[in-house]
Amino acid sequence: MTSPYPFASIFGILIVALSLSAALIWVERRLLALWQDRYGPNRAGPFGLLQVLADMIKIFAKEDWIPPFADKAVFVIAPAIIMVTVLLSFAVLPIAPGIIVADLNIGLLFFLGMSSLGVYSIVLAGWSSGNKYSLLGGLRAAAQMMSYEVFMGMSLMGVVLLAGSFNLTTIVEAQSKLWFVIPQFLGFILFLIAGVAEARRLPFDLPEAEAELVAGFHSEYSGMKFGMFFVGEYLGITLISAMIAVLFFGGWMGPWLPPIVWFFIKVFAFLCFFILLRASLPRLRFDQLMSLGWKVMFPLALANLVVTGAIVTVFK
Amino acid sequence: MLSIIRTMWSVFLHTFHRRVTIQYPEQKAYLAPRYRGRIILSRDPDGGERCVACHLCAIACPVDCIALQATEDENERRYPEFFRINFSRCIFCGYCEDACPTYAIQLTPDFEMSEYNRQNLVYEKEDLLIDGPGKYPGYNYWRVSGVSIGGKGKGEAENELPPVELRRLTP
Amino acid sequence: MGTIYIDGKASEADPKQNLLHACLSLGLNLPYFCWHPAMGSVGACRQCAVKQFKDAQDTRGRLVMACMTPAAPDTRISLQDPEAVAFRAGIIEGMMLNHPHDCPVCDEGGECHLQDMTVMTGHDYRRSRFPKRTFHDQYLGPFVYHQMNRCIQCYRCVRFYRNYAGEDDLNAFGISNEVFFGREQDGVLKSEFAGNLVEVCPTGVFTDRTLRRHYTRKWDLRMAPSICGHCSLGCNTTMGERYGLLRRVVNRFNSEVNGYFLCDRGRYGYEFVNSEQRIRAAQINGAPTSVTEAKRRLSSLVAGGQQLIGIGSPRASIESNYALRRLVGKDRFFCGVSDGEWERTRAMVEILQAGPARSASLRDVELSDAVLILGEDVTNSAPRMALSVRQSLRQQSFETTQKLRVPLWMDDAVREIAQAKRSPLFIAAAGATRLDDVATATYKAAPEDIARLGFAVAHEIDAKAPEVPDLSGEMRELAATIATALTGAKHPLVIAGPSCRSISVIESAANVARALCDNGHSAALSLIAPACNSFGLALLGARPMSEALAAVQDHGDATLIVLENDLYRQLPAKLVDGYLAKAAHLIVLDQLGNGTTAKAELLLPAGTFAESDGTLVSNEGRAQRFFQVFVPEDGIKESWRWLGDQSWSSLDDVLSEIGTEIPRLASVIGAAPLSSFRIAGAKIPREPHRYSGRTSITANISVVEPKPPDDPDSSLSYSMEGASIQPPAALQPFFWAPGWNSIQAVNKFQSEIGEALRGGVPGVRLFETSTGGGYFDGIPNPFTRRTQEWLLLPIEHIFGSEELSAHASSIAELVTEPYLALNPADAAGFLAEGKPTVVEVAFGGLKQRVPLKVLAELPSGLAGIPAGLTALCGEELPAWCRIERAS
Repeated sequence: MTSPYPFASIFGILIVALSLSAALIWVERRLLALWQDRYGPNRAGPFGLLQVLADMIKIFAKEDWIPPFADKAVFVIAPAIIMVTVLLSFAVLPIAPGIIVADLNIGLLFFLGMSSLGVYSIVLAGWSSGNKYSLLGGLRAAAQMMSYEVFMGMSLMGVVLLAGSFNLTTIVEAQSKLWFVIPQFLGFILFLIAGVAEARRLPFDLPEAEAELVAGFHSEYSGMKFGMFFVGEYLGITLISAMIAVLFFGGWMGPWLPPIVWFFIKVFAFLCFFILLRASLPRLRFDQLMSLGWKVMFPLALANLVVTGAIVTVFK
Repeated sequence: MLSIIRTMWSVFLHTFHRRVTIQYPEQKAYLAPRYRGRIILSRDPDGGERCVACHLCAIACPVDCIALQATEDENERRYPEFFRINFSRCIFCGYCEDACPTYAIQLTPDFEMSEYNRQNLVYEKEDLLIDGPGKYPGYNYWRVSGVSIGGKGKGEAENELPPVELRRLTP
Repeated sequence: MGTIYIDGKASEADPKQNLLHACLSLGLNLPYFCWHPAMGSVGACRQCAVKQFKDAQDTRGRLVMACMTPAAPDTRISLQDPEAVAFRAGIIEGMMLNHPHDCPVCDEGGECHLQDMTVMTGHDYRRSRFPKRTFHDQYLGPFVYHQMNRCIQCYRCVRFYRNYAGEDDLNAFGISNEVFFGREQDGVLKSEFAGNLVEVCPTGVFTDRTLRRHYTRKWDLRMAPSICGHCSLGCNTTMGERYGLLRRVVNRFNSEVNGYFLCDRGRYGYEFVNSEQRIRAAQINGAPTSVTEAKRRLSSLVAGGQQLIGIGSPRASIESNYALRRLVGKDRFFCGVSDGEWERTRAMVEILQAGPARSASLRDVELSDAVLILGEDVTNSAPRMALSVRQSLRQQSFETTQKLRVPLWMDDAVREIAQAKRSPLFIAAAGATRLDDVATATYKAAPEDIARLGFAVAHEIDAKAPEVPDLSGEMRELAATIATALTGAKHPLVIAGPSCRSISVIESAANVARALCDNGHSAALSLIAPACNSFGLALLGARPMSEALAAVQDHGDATLIVLENDLYRQLPAKLVDGYLAKAAHLIVLDQLGNGTTAKAELLLPAGTFAESDGTLVSNEGRAQRFFQVFVPEDGIKESWRWLGDQSWSSLDDVLSEIGTEIPRLASVIGAAPLSSFRIAGAKIPREPHRYSGRTSITANISVVEPKPPDDPDSSLSYSMEGASIQPPAALQPFFWAPGWNSIQAVNKFQSEIGEALRGGVPGVRLFETSTGGGYFDGIPNPFTRRTQEWLLLPIEHIFGSEELSAHASSIAELVTEPYLALNPADAAGFLAEGKPTVVEVAFGGLKQRVPLKVLAELPSGLAGIPAGLTALCGEELPAWCRIERAS
């Protein structure tokens, strides 16, 4: 089922996604402040809401500096890649009945593919900066993505088995009786962790790790190029939150309120959860991250797939 | 695993805590008397400039923001001809105060010295000099130093013997 | 070399030296006060105590003073032994008992040997509650400031002043705890080397009085290696600048030249750079103008089609002289000094280049054991050499010392053994000299007779040398004595110079040196040049000034370019007026205003030694480079930049062009590393790493900090950033080592204490000995006095006779009033009873009124006037003059 007004959907989702991620900057700073007994930005406009605007003006006005030792073409392209891949993923996201850009029957695979492509942005940025810290950041991102991509996909196979489809709308509709978070609780936990790692959020933000890599892959970026990485990261969180809502929490489904409101409530709850993660957890060491991925998460995801598969086969 | 959840829970509980932020400038913070803020030059108890232009503050300064030139009055009392602090560079580390052998340079509990024009942050001796002894009311370097200045001859400092009489014959 | 064991570690040490010398040579930190590398050990301060062990089995050991113990092979000592450490700490605590709480206002602070040693031994808290001893201070003249409270009684000052410099008005007075170092009464220190007390004193008893007027700590000075330009010896100095003002000059160790000491003219002459008389902006017909306008005017005058005539200068660098020579052409470049001086200078260069005698460095002078000085008062014409000559007098006594197996560093014992025995020193001069007190014999005579004595000595040594006709018996006897002394010495030395204004004197000295060399003696010859770069100018080549007048007259509309030269000091005023009147345009480059600059149409401000780079050739024939200390704010530039080619971007370009154009000077480029020289890719910082106030110095003008100026001409940088390891010696901007803030940090830079710097000996020698040439035979007739006329001779003065240093305010205080000196018998006719007499000197149509002064040692028939101090200083002397009592 494709939207009857494709362009309206496209622009609607584009604008909402972008402004949401911009607003997230303010939300995150306020929430972090709340949990650290501070106020956060509260001077610009009511509740400091105009802080986002001020930041935007600042970031646009900054000198767009390309270091002389950088690989210029790649350096310019890299931040665009992350924006494009994340925004493309939004295309397959069913927000409410009828509000979707492309209702692909392989929507879930498309999402996984796009989020994997996003790593090129980081790797290329790290490489083209011509700076050893950036390069280390890029390498970490590559290793981290490869490790977590594997069980991210596997953790979702339980959902696919239960819904019998890769189509995201079908998956949402399959949860009309029971949200998949209950039968697929382990899958949900695995996907949540993998999602945080995919979005390179604390405690898995090793590619930028300012304490050791001085902001890693985006050390050399400034101005709007840096802004694109910044917005790309928030878009990524929004996307992961939306995917959690769609895959495990019944998407738009819910009583009384309109479907779109339910969708946004769920997404917002997960966004807040991500920010709480950042506020409370320290960063992992890189070797811990890798061993967690391969030695714990990957076997668990396999086990989850096998058990779910067995149950589905037996009860069908 | 459990500890992670407990941590997250306890952080979450901070939602309901009181905030510690002081809403400056509406509210003012308490500054201790030994707070390291705006630098001043103090005076001796007798009213003279305490600074003897020894250059120790300048060498101690990690950002090299103090420049001065020594000169003397007619009685060979040393003082700075000019004494300049570039506060746009100052990091208020207080090393200059530590280095000062005469308690002349002192940091005060005042940090409200923002300017729209950086040039206004360059303070000359006239801007730095205050009319009192600051934190150390009793001290006068010249009373313990061996050199003579106007009003204090050789051997008249604290804990000094009168000058040796060279033409005395007794051993 | 033998092996000694220090704290169990085997090290090489020279057994002829003491343990302190050995430890310091090995780079170990052992505190000391009374020992000085140039003055040996006396064991007065007890600070360098170490534990000595009998053999490997001995564990108890005993405390010995390192400076008083020979570094004999297999000596076992410990520096770290707790007992030695405690002993040293106790000694310094005792010294600090009476040391005042002065460091913040003491000029020595920050470069104080006592501070360094106190930190080294770890004493940091005065436990004594007893009152401190104090002293009254003395006024010791314009150079040295006295603060006796600070004294730690190491006796270095009197040892330097009395034993080393040979003057007696500074002494130790009093007994027990009340020993006072000073003069009997307040007064100017008599020694011309008193300024060295500032460096010799380990603490702030003697400090630099000129520095005190514009005081800056050592760490705040921007410093650069320089060469003293106030006489021809080329002593190495370090100049220090801050806030655009030259602050002071200190000695820069050069083992071959000045060693550890400077003369007061060299140390305090620097103040002319800050003089009111400085030309700081270009002027056109007396009106200040901008640099661009001056450049425009210069190029239009140069390209104006008129004949260009260049007048060089013996006090300008080789580079500046070359730039002018290149601009005007080789045939129109003139030497800028009187024909007589030019002839003498060229003769001296000729003699040193073609003669068999080695051109003596100051170290050679110090090591020579018989000296003959012909026609010079070296203390006044080349002061630092007098100090070296004084040291040479000890050489023969060292034989006895060696026989008695007393090591040379054992200073008191060595002097005790020597008693009054001195190596022979013969001085023939036209008046009293400051070395007369230690001379074996002196001969006061007119220049002709001095030359005759020299020729007679040469003939006594070598019969092949021309014989002097009509020699008096007395003179023959003296010549024989001198000849015996010189031939009996291992390293005889002959010193002569132009002070007598007589080429015969110089030729006679050359004959003596040749006679000695031809008879198998390794004789050295030292010829003093009239100015700091006279020899450089002579090597560069120029035409004599008498031809310049003809050239000016031939081209009625010539453009005259005068380089750093006050013609009125070099040539008779009438002659100069003639030159300047004939020339259509006059361009003058100079540092200080003078008679010539006053007449310039275009006056360009030239950089002094502190503001320019260049090379000077010393009287030894050593080409040495001086480096710019700071970039002056105004239009002041090096003369070679004003006059130079557009294609020259740096000093290297000038030097390489000089090398190709003038093969004689090809090796000058090697006097110091080129500007491309780097240490690990970095320049050498002129500022110490503790240089303060970088972000505040110019903040009163603009809070935006300027980039430090670039220096295209040298591998020194104008900042504190750069290589911090030892550079080549010619580029050593200052001496500092961790824990060694005083100038005695030089210990850490020497290959062995007192020997050459590890970076080599700065400069290149241009003169090498040759076997060619023969004896001079221009023996003058004996001097005959006239009845109503006197032969007027210049008398050199250390303070005043040299043009630039006389403008230094401290030196100006000591410059004598102009006078006319006569022998008492001659003066008797003019003296009015009990009143100062003023006489009128007349010669060659000139008249000058000056006070009469009676000089006992002046030979009868001669009259003396101070060189460079009267309006007559440009006249060609000697000249016969009439003297009348002025009414």
